[in-house]
Amino acid sequence: MLKTTPFHPRTAALMEAQQWRRWAGFLAASAYEMSHEREYHAIRNSAALFDVSPLYKYHLRGRDATRLLDRVVTRNVAKCQPCQVMYTPWCDPRGKVIDDGTLHRFGEDNYRLTSADPNLRWLHQNARGMQVEIEDASERVASLSLQGPLSRSILEHAVGRDLGALKFFRLTNATIGGVSVVISRTGYTGDLGYEVWMDASEALPVWDALVVHGKPYGITPAGMLALDIARIEAGLILLDVDYVSARKALIPGQLSSPFELALGWTVSIDKQPFNGKPALAREKADGPSWSLMGLEIDWLTLERLYEDMGLAPRVAAAASRVSVPVYDGSKQVGYATSSAWSPLLKRYIALAHLEASSATPGKELEFEITVEHRRKRATARVRKLPFYDPARKRS
Amino acid sequence: MRNGKVDAIVIGAGHNGLICAAYLARAGKKVLVLERRHLVGGAAVTEEIVPGFKFSEFSYVVSLLRPEIIRELDLPGHGLQILPLESTVTPMLDGNYLAAWGDHDETRRELYRHSPLDADAYDEFGILMHHMAHAVKPIIGMMPPDPTSLSPRELLSLGKLGGHMRSLGARKFYALHKLMTMSSADYLDEWFETDVLKATKSASGIIGTFMGPRSPGSAYVLLHHYMGEIDGAFRAWGFQKGGTGGVSDAIAGAAKRLGAEIKLEAPVGRVIVKNGRASGVALENGDEYHADIVVSGLDPKRTFLKLVEERELPGDFVANIKRFKTRGSSGKVNLALSELPRLTCMEPENIARWKGVPIPPERYLRGAISISPTMDYVERAYDDAKHGSFSKRPYMDVVIPSMIDPEMAPPGQHVMSIFCQYAPFAIEGGWDDAKREAFGDAVIDALAVHAPNIKSAIIARQVLTPADIERITGLTEGNIFQGELALDQLFFLRPAPGYAKYRTPVDGFYQCGSGTHPGGGIMGASGRLAALTILGERS
Repeated sequence: MLKTTPFHPRTAALMEAQQWRRWAGFLAASAYEMSHEREYHAIRNSAALFDVSPLYKYHLRGRDATRLLDRVVTRNVAKCQPCQVMYTPWCDPRGKVIDDGTLHRFGEDNYRLTSADPNLRWLHQNARGMQVEIEDASERVASLSLQGPLSRSILEHAVGRDLGALKFFRLTNATIGGVSVVISRTGYTGDLGYEVWMDASEALPVWDALVVHGKPYGITPAGMLALDIARIEAGLILLDVDYVSARKALIPGQLSSPFELALGWTVSIDKQPFNGKPALAREKADGPSWSLMGLEIDWLTLERLYEDMGLAPRVAAAASRVSVPVYDGSKQVGYATSSAWSPLLKRYIALAHLEASSATPGKELEFEITVEHRRKRATARVRKLPFYDPARKRS
Repeated sequence: MRNGKVDAIVIGAGHNGLICAAYLARAGKKVLVLERRHLVGGAAVTEEIVPGFKFSEFSYVVSLLRPEIIRELDLPGHGLQILPLESTVTPMLDGNYLAAWGDHDETRRELYRHSPLDADAYDEFGILMHHMAHAVKPIIGMMPPDPTSLSPRELLSLGKLGGHMRSLGARKFYALHKLMTMSSADYLDEWFETDVLKATKSASGIIGTFMGPRSPGSAYVLLHHYMGEIDGAFRAWGFQKGGTGGVSDAIAGAAKRLGAEIKLEAPVGRVIVKNGRASGVALENGDEYHADIVVSGLDPKRTFLKLVEERELPGDFVANIKRFKTRGSSGKVNLALSELPRLTCMEPENIARWKGVPIPPERYLRGAISISPTMDYVERAYDDAKHGSFSKRPYMDVVIPSMIDPEMAPPGQHVMSIFCQYAPFAIEGGWDDAKREAFGDAVIDALAVHAPNIKSAIIARQVLTPADIERITGLTEGNIFQGELALDQLFFLRPAPGYAKYRTPVDGFYQCGSGTHPGGGIMGASGRLAALTILGERS
């Protein structure tokens, strides 16, 4: 039996399409309506409300909390200010990525780390001899994500104060529906957006208050199908889809370093020793052999491939998580792990792992596509990520 | 009386004998299989001991049947149908329980209830064991090279093995070394803190051996559980439709289709050896059958100490075979039941008390019930056996085949298979009827601790001690693997140094049973590799 999140009484009542999926052992909505289209547009047009409670969350407190985190993650945690959030991956001793998530600093010795996979044992293994309390808060803390251009207006009404001072990747305490919450200006859509964290036992009043205050602004509960398109537009990777955790990789070819995932900027190579540091220093000096890049599939060649079959071009409405080969002439130079038609950008886009020699923006490659049961290749251009980066995200 | 000559005679219609016969027949040989009993299968048989109730009398699950055998002999086309056996529930002494389900999320959630750290460790352990199984797989599929031989062929084979070991890399090589030398208790201690989890996992490392979970060398057998996962035959772990005899029937069907002849109730008395060459066999009734190839599927002790006269064999070889450990350690209790057992720990109010996830009873009863509540419990069960008696509180692996295949019992009634360990063959004073029934009572009592309604549900019971297993199937000392799967009896040492390649000191006489490499379980690799050896030498 799958677990249900603290918001289940509300999300289940909204569910029209019975489109559920699994997420970390929980039941999660794929889409509430028959199609995810309106839910997607809410992210870019008004505000979409996601139940993101299945995220793994670890609370770390104590004298050595900073030291532990600095040993585990690649970013320089000592530089993270109280009320700041850092996005960071973390690596094994080979410098290969285990997982990625956000790190919330509440105070001097008080943090929350979110992750896609369980990491309790990993944190414990790294905390030997340290004075730090590690709490698995995954089920104790519920979380909502409110994403979209009107998310700030809704939240300001819900908390009853101005949130203009809450900058990108900062957090603040607030009260919503009589419940104490933490609001972080973070999200997985590359848009203006916030995540709201609260005790699971008080989850429903928060949901209800947000829905009431959000109604005039078109707040729209949304599922994972809509989120998946938005995160590809934003160039944000997903564990188990765009990369394999170093803990689960069965062969060396399944491992990825932060540099290979376009996360070189998160590696603070000059900080104190941390997991994977020597390997990462070497890789930084030599340059990675792979790069995660954007890929834009050329619509005109796609149209021609369909035209040859007497058909009009078609692209699935949902994002694809099927790995697709990418070629340079006769040679395969990479593979795309996520792809989607962007309804906003009107472009067919993908996240692709490319050999370093092919990872030059503007370079013309070929993306395999199946047209009427036959394998074809469409022209695709290498693009810098993200595809979509509105000014409001940071403003 | 003299009968016509065939190309090859296979002694014993156990699964390895049948597989060997099928492969020989497939290569065009005229093959005759001679079986002592009235049915094929050896220890893989289904018998209706109680009218209407079908028992998988001895072997009761299929786990490692080699995928190439399934494919090459088209066993699904001859009735192989393996139904999944997905879960394991272990009742604990304090009323709590540990369940492992077929679904990863459900298993994690259940394990998390016992230990959040173990829930994480479980996945990592699974990946390491996957790597280990991958590392061992080529060894299982290869003919064991002779490390003392300097022949180019042996050196090449040894070189390949060395290359394979080097290719593992340091991390995996260390892990493999530990796995091959440690006790399963020590090995699991490195990973987990939940005692009942370690007890249940370690129990799978001691099945069929005369070792306790704290005996060095028992960790290796843990791997068997993971090997099924990587061999490409997904979901090969399970229960054969119609009971385990169905597997034997499928192989026999394939062998017959390929032209092999199977003669039942034809007990072989001896192998005829002339001038150091095997030329046929004589049945116990004096009938003779002749062939240039004679293959024994029986265990090494019966093969070399009963079928062949000692003077035909080198003295040191005979001594090695006599020393080959075949100490039977397990028994079997098969029950006909009027109703399903109910585990106290899985009653809804008890699940609620321990904050577990509610599960309908039909669900856990479709899986295994493991009576291995603590590591001490399992080790103590071994202590009893070490000192010459059966375990007063035995380790048990319980399945209810009629929950998976309703045709195993009359509608609404059930059959239960209880594998129990330890029941030493060499029990003090020897086995007799009184001891057998006392052992049966101990098993039922130990189960009734967790399922109180079991006693009133029993319509009939069959208790099988190692002595019974030997008497019925012929397995020496009732050892279910034809010889212990201990490190000193594996690979190029199985069953004896210098004779690990299915050959024997007698020209034309071969061995294909589980007592040869790789042995163990309904794997079939011994039968197939023996046939390939014979064909390589004589085509």
